[in-house]
Order: sequence, then structure tokens, then C-alpha cells
Amino acid sequence: MDPYALLLARIQFGFTISVHIIFPAFSIGSSAFVATLLVLWRRSGSDHYLRIARFWTKIFAVSFAMGVVSGIPLSYELGTNWSRYSLATGNVIGPLIGYEVLTAFFLESTFLGIMLFGWTRVPPWLHVTSAILVALGTAISGFWILSANSWMQTPAGHTVVNGIAIPVDWFQVIFNPSFPYRFAHMMTAAYLTTSVVVLAAGARYTLQGKFPEEARTMLRMGIGMVAILGPVQLLLGDQHGLNTLEHQPAKIAAMEGHWENTGPAALVLFGIPDQDGERNLAEIAIPRLGGLILKHDLNGRYAGLKDFPKQDRPPVLPVFFAFRIMVGIGVLLIALGLTGAYLWKSGRLFTARWYLQAATYSWPIGFIAILAGWITTESGRQPYVAYGITRTENALSSVGVATVATSLVAFVLVYTVVFSIGIYYIRRLVLTGPKPAPVPEALPNRPLSLGAQE
Amino acid sequence: MTATYAFWLPLISTGVVGLAVAMYVIMDGFDLGVGILFPYFPEEIERDQMMNSVAPFWDGNETWLVLGGVWLLVAFPLAYSIITPALYVPLIAMLLALVFRGVAFEFRWVAKPHHRKWDIAFAAGSTVAAFAQGTMVGGILNGFHVENGQFAGGPLDWLSPFSIMCGFGLVVGYALIGACWLVMKTAGGVEKSARRYAKPLLIALVAFIVLISVWTPLQFERVAERWFSGWHMAYLSPVPLITAALAVSCWRGLNGRHPTMAFNAAVGLFVISFVGLAISTLPYLAPPSITLWDAAASPKSQTFMLVGTTVLVPFVLGYTFFVYHTFRGKVRPGEGYH
Repeated sequence: MDPYALLLARIQFGFTISVHIIFPAFSIGSSAFVATLLVLWRRSGSDHYLRIARFWTKIFAVSFAMGVVSGIPLSYELGTNWSRYSLATGNVIGPLIGYEVLTAFFLESTFLGIMLFGWTRVPPWLHVTSAILVALGTAISGFWILSANSWMQTPAGHTVVNGIAIPVDWFQVIFNPSFPYRFAHMMTAAYLTTSVVVLAAGARYTLQGKFPEEARTMLRMGIGMVAILGPVQLLLGDQHGLNTLEHQPAKIAAMEGHWENTGPAALVLFGIPDQDGERNLAEIAIPRLGGLILKHDLNGRYAGLKDFPKQDRPPVLPVFFAFRIMVGIGVLLIALGLTGAYLWKSGRLFTARWYLQAATYSWPIGFIAILAGWITTESGRQPYVAYGITRTENALSSVGVATVATSLVAFVLVYTVVFSIGIYYIRRLVLTGPKPAPVPEALPNRPLSLGAQE
Repeated sequence: MTATYAFWLPLISTGVVGLAVAMYVIMDGFDLGVGILFPYFPEEIERDQMMNSVAPFWDGNETWLVLGGVWLLVAFPLAYSIITPALYVPLIAMLLALVFRGVAFEFRWVAKPHHRKWDIAFAAGSTVAAFAQGTMVGGILNGFHVENGQFAGGPLDWLSPFSIMCGFGLVVGYALIGACWLVMKTAGGVEKSARRYAKPLLIALVAFIVLISVWTPLQFERVAERWFSGWHMAYLSPVPLITAALAVSCWRGLNGRHPTMAFNAAVGLFVISFVGLAISTLPYLAPPSITLWDAAASPKSQTFMLVGTTVLVPFVLGYTFFVYHTFRGKVRPGEGYH
């Protein structure tokens, strides 16, 4: 095993999956948003819901395509670079991904055709149903892939024979200990992140005085969702953390920069973890608060990094900082939601320019939080690729440095070019805003290919 | 009981992997083919029409590729962990090419009137993906150097005159199936040009099929033995006969006014070629050493996956049919599906 090939393969997977997760996270949220709008339109008969739905459908379509094409490479990278991982865990992980394909990928990709192009080809109820099925498909997809990921974190329902994990009880495999928490946490993150994007777009139009009716609906719906989901996410995150403490204590110790278990645990607010020196530099800590948060007890103690052999510790620095970025953004989002709700209640929402201004710039922070959260949990799983079963260093294929390096360069180049342009196009669609154009039923024979309408 | 189960289960799984790959080749085949033919239809309005004829379907079509790959991982982790590193280069090339052509479906419309780069991305992406897939077929037939259950060869082992020829063969094949699709699903100038391109493509594809049928037994002893030892040729003689019949009916479909027959015959040519390749390689999944029984996953994994597939694939086929039915009929110049 070549250490450089290993490093490059890890960078490659980290890079490709980080780029990928942005799009499904947004697709999960935006498909649900569009489906909700279409239901509201059918029930209220109010056309502005339809205009908003058509507008976000376009954005969803661009994002979904990027999610699809950035997702397919991942399922093959498991073989090209990580064949020993596939061999060791394929018996367990494989069927979970297989069920994702069968129950989610086909559903969403097939009904997507009707959702995008069927506006006048099928009756409205069927079109709305298709949009709901697409949204459902994205959520089912999340179910399976998060189950697979959770199994890598907290494996259950299997035995290991000659280094290969063999399934014993599928229910335990699928509903492994961290799965319910991770699923709730990630799905909430996806809906929350998308709500922030909707909120930001609504705020932008309101400031510009454009599309007043649509903008207000977006603002209200966005704020409502963020105000509810922000605090919910805090609670879910807390529960997820307790679950991690139980099953992956070394990860929690790294997240908290907690080296020694010598007394009631402090909460490290800031510090620079020094992996070799086994301490934090420039540490600012609050006594006993760590015990209160993780044990819900002022005298609470939990294992420190020094309780684990050096070779079993995750890299502390990225885990520690990524976790702080995620939590920091979470707090910001709660503030964004609650402030918005307060302004809305007091009737000042559409005139509070300072708030709208801030909201306009908030659109990317949910995505950053998602990435930070994944860096926390995936780096925190190290040095294992499947916790306690296979170490990352033993998961690599027999590939040479040159091969991995070349493909890494190709991925970085292609992804940077293609997805930057894609995000630029989405930005342009948002800046253009919803079409005040007539609703499709008014013009039954007019071509309305999604993009051709542009 | 267990012994027979352990014998039959991998065979069934092989059948499922084969079906998924065949579904992929047919369904993504025509939309890749439309992309391959893009440069030969210079007018923007023609290209709009071509893209609209596959836009509602491409994503569902491509999902069969994921199903095939995942089924291989589920049922045959050992084969998956040998084949994917061995075909590293064409596999990555295919994936990146699919990125370009996949995003082109949406980007092209959003970019208008500056969509030329996405025309190129769509055409080049489709062509490279098809070529890479062909070289992978050639690479699998070539076989893999395996030590201790891991691929132990070099990154360019798949590269040979034979695999390059398979690459060209698949590009031509997809182009044919794409042309037949356009004849069937478009009207006006696109239909006319597609009909004109389809015939030489059919001739070229038949030539490739003949070439591969001659080349493989000459190069690979196990293939020659499979087809020609003892009475094998007698049992297997329907394969070349059906191939010939399908080629003729494709030709006649193109000549007369039976575009559906031409398309179906082109699909049939793919299926029969696929069957021929299966006859040549099985029971090896990673020739020349790893058979489907060597590579099989735990029966529990295969069974779980098989149950899901048996229950769910009929639904998938049902709603796939529904979508094709919804967007039935021809796309005319200047219109999408609307």
C-alpha cells in the first residue's frame, strides 16, 4: 500500500463527495418546496403559487442534474480506489445502496420527466403527484444512503468472517444505532438549508421591490421553516451528539478537543488542537459546561483522547474546527429564523431593510454547515473506514500514485469548471426571478420546455 | 439443498446483472446515440428537437447504469473489486464524460443563446462515454491479471487493438440506435437526415459484429472452445442466424415506413450481441480466473437484494412505461414536449 496513493484517494473521495452533497441537499429541500407550492396552488387556486413553483422547478432541475452526474462517480469510486473496502463491506453496504437505486433513484428520475415536461401533457393532479413522488424519492434516497453511512459509523447486525462483514440481521443493519439520529439531522439540514435559500431570494426581491407577491410568500415560507427547523435542529444535534458519545467516544473527544478525563469536563470554546503534543494551544474553556452538555450533569465526565491509543485517534484539528463552524452557523440560523418571525409578528418584516439585507447574504451558510458537519463526522470516524471493522489504510485498491493523481486532477478540473458554471446559472435564474408569464393552462398548445421558456 | 442454493443463486444474480446492463445499454444507448449524432445536425432548431426527444427519459435511462454497477457490487463484491480498478482509466473517462453530457440537458437551455459549448459538451460527452464503455467490454474479454483476489495488473492493461475496436463498435451501435430513435420520434428534417444516416451505421455495425465474432475466437482460446468444440456450434447457431435476421429487418424498417420495426430490430441487435458476449465469457465474470461462483457474495446479501429487485422492478418498469407513454408521438420542429 502506497501512502501517497492512499492520501490522494482520500482527497479524491473527500472532494467528489463534498461537491456532490451540496446538490442532493438542495434537491431534497427544493423538490419538497415545489411539491408544497403545487399542492397550495391546487387547493387555493391562487396563481402566484404556481408561478413560484415553476420558478423553483427550473432551479431544482439544474441542481438535480448536477446531483445526478456528481453522484454516479461515487458509486464507482468505491471500486476504482476503494476495492478492498468494497470487498470487506460490500455484502452489507451493497444491498443498502441497491435498495436506494430501486426505491428512490428510479422513482425520482422517472417522475422527474413528468414534473419538468408534463405541465400540459398530464392532468394537473397527476403533475402534482409526480412532483410529490420526486420529493418523496429524494427523501427515500436520503434514508438508504444515510443508513449505509451510519452503518459505517456504528456497524450492527453483522459478523466479521476473515475480515469481511457478513449480514446477519437486516433490520439491525438498516436501523443501526446512529441511523435514526443521522437521518433526522441530515434531512432537517437539507430542508433548513433550502429554506434559507428561499428566504434569501425573497429578501432580495423585497429589497429590490420586484415580484412583491411572490417575494412575500417566499419570505414568509422561508422564515416559517427556518424559525421552526433551526431550534429543532439544535435539539436533534444534541441527541445525535449523545448517541455519538455512546458509540464513537473518540470522535466526541476530538470534536470537543477533550484530551484528559480527569474531572468534570470543561467545554472548550476555542483552542488549536495539537495532535502530537496531546493538548490544545490558546485554549479558552468553560469549566463543567462540557459535562453539562454531553452528560446533562455538572459533574459529568467522559473519555478524553488520551484514553485511546494514539493510532486509534481521529485527526483532531479538522474535526474540532469543522464542528465549531457547524454549530456556529446553526446558532446564526436560529437567530435568522427567530428574528424574522419576530419582525413578521410585529408587522415590520417587509420594511426592516437591515434584516432583509442580512438575509440576502445568508443563502450559502446552510451549505457550509452541511459540509462542516460531514467533515466532522467522517474525519471523526477515522482511522476507520468502517468503524472497528476496516481501517482506511487497508481499504485502498492496488492502484498506483500516478493513476489516482491523474484522476484526481481530472475530477478537480471538470468539477470546478462544470459546477461553477452550474452555480452561476442558478444564480442567474435567481436574479432573473419568477416569470410573470401566463400560467400554462392558459396556453395549452404552447411549447414550454423548461429552459426554452427562458 | 444449501449446495444447490449456493449453485443457483449466483446464476440468478448473474442474470439480474446482465438484465440491468442490457436495459442500460438499450435505454441509455439511444440517448447517447442522439448525442453522438449531434454534430451531424448543424441547425439549432434540429438540435433542440433532438434533445427534446430524449429529455424526459435520459435520467431514468442512466439509472440502469447505477443499478448494474450496484448489483455487481452486491452480488459479486470480488468481481467488482477486481474489474473496477482494472478498468480504472476508461471508467473514470466515462464518468467524467457523463458529467458533461448530463448537465448539458439543463445547462444548454439556461445558457441560450450562448449554448454552443453545451452542444459540444453533449456530443463529446456522449461519444467519449460510449467509446469508453466499448473499451471496457473489450477489457473484460481481454481478462485481468489477478493475484490474491486483487487486480494486480497495470493501469493500461485494458488497452489493446481489440478494446479500441470494441470502443468504435459501441459508438457506431449507439449511433444506429439513436438514429432509429430519431426516425421514430421526430418529424421533419431531423427524421429525414436520421433515416439517411441510419443505413450506413447499420452496415458499419454489422461489420463490427462480424469482426468481433471472428476476432474473439481467434484471440481467446476459451471463446473458440465455447463456440466451436463438439456440438456447441449446432446449439449456438441460432445466435448468428437471429443476428442476420435482425439486421435485415432493421434495413427493411428503414427502407419502408416502419420506424418502430427498425428501432426494435436495432435494439434486438444489441440484445443478441450481448447474449453472444455472455456466451463467450460466462461463467467467468473476471476472466480468465474468477467465475461467478468464486465472486459471489454471501447468500443472505444476494437473497435480500433479489427479493427487493423482484418486488420493485415491476413497479419501475410500470412507471417507466407510463412516462414513455405520456411522451409518446413525434416531436416536431420548434416544439418540445409540452
